[in-house]
Amino acid sequence: MLESRAITKIFGSKTAVDHITLKLEKGHVYAMLGPNGSGKTTWMKMAAGLIKPTSGEALFEGAPVSIESRKHVAYMSTEPYFYSWMTVKDVGKYYDDFFLDFSYPRYQALIQRMELAENMKTTALSSGMMAKLKIAVTMARDAQVYMLDEPFNGIDLLARDEIRHCILEYATEEKLLLLSSHLVEEMEAIADRAVFIKNGRLIECVDVEEMRGERGISMADRYREIYGHGEGAMA
Amino acid sequence: MQYDPNSPIWLQVMTAIKTDIVTGKRAPGEKLPGGRDLALQYTINPNTAARVYQELEKEGLCETRRGLGTFVTEDAARIGVLRTEMAHQAVRQFLENMEKLGIYANEAARMIMEEEQ
Repeated sequence: MLESRAITKIFGSKTAVDHITLKLEKGHVYAMLGPNGSGKTTWMKMAAGLIKPTSGEALFEGAPVSIESRKHVAYMSTEPYFYSWMTVKDVGKYYDDFFLDFSYPRYQALIQRMELAENMKTTALSSGMMAKLKIAVTMARDAQVYMLDEPFNGIDLLARDEIRHCILEYATEEKLLLLSSHLVEEMEAIADRAVFIKNGRLIECVDVEEMRGERGISMADRYREIYGHGEGAMA
Repeated sequence: MQYDPNSPIWLQVMTAIKTDIVTGKRAPGEKLPGGRDLALQYTINPNTAARVYQELEKEGLCETRRGLGTFVTEDAARIGVLRTEMAHQAVRQFLENMEKLGIYANEAARMIMEEEQ
């Protein structure tokens, strides 16, 4: 459903993503893993069509990503992107105007679950509340692909449970979900595949239940194997 | 439910459901939640949930009726066998733990009797 072919992004002298060829299929929840600066965000942004690759290409349903494919891909970035004058309600209206697949009633249901109120000013939100708002506004779309960059960051334990539930409700056979997070443990039970990226390169894409069955190791163990001993952590 | 991330999650959920069947918490012939509901109930990936039912079916502990859903088996004998299997497994686990302490079956059995008095 979403793939990259030898996709590469160079920022000045730094190669952020280095010839990554990866095919993600619908009906799965992928965890994209790697330390800070390993290239996860850059890969996602290219797959979402928000930045252009230096070389290689990203494809959605076999066609290069474009303005058209962005209609079907919901992407949540790590940086906050709301105007300071906005209330929670304004954020919803803004998205409602922007995306055809956005459902305001679904947004209302989501913010209620996240314990937010429409009259709250975005500038007055704590970092955890802001994180929940970003998830609500992204998941209120009826997209085919959801890419969430660090959905669990800054969010307390109870709200994380709520977010995991929310993610699972959307994980149907027709949809593709991709989550990146440092909080590997949060994704052990909800992701069925894991993509490991190191220094801009793809290490592997594995079926996590198979890995548990065959090697008796968790996603977190594999993470330690790949990035352990301080190596990569500095990259 | 807390999972051990080092062993397959489908296996852990399957064991939890088997325990429910043996204890009668899920009665013979009872309808089980659909795959997607099971995923939400246990906060697991839907593909993992589907695997749970595949494996339960393979072991003859549940059956899927087309268009109706998945049901716990009504075969009381099969549930009886499961109960014995699970009990043996618990005993083996117990003995393994005791062996780590250097205590073997005979002494372990004597200790159980003592504990019971």
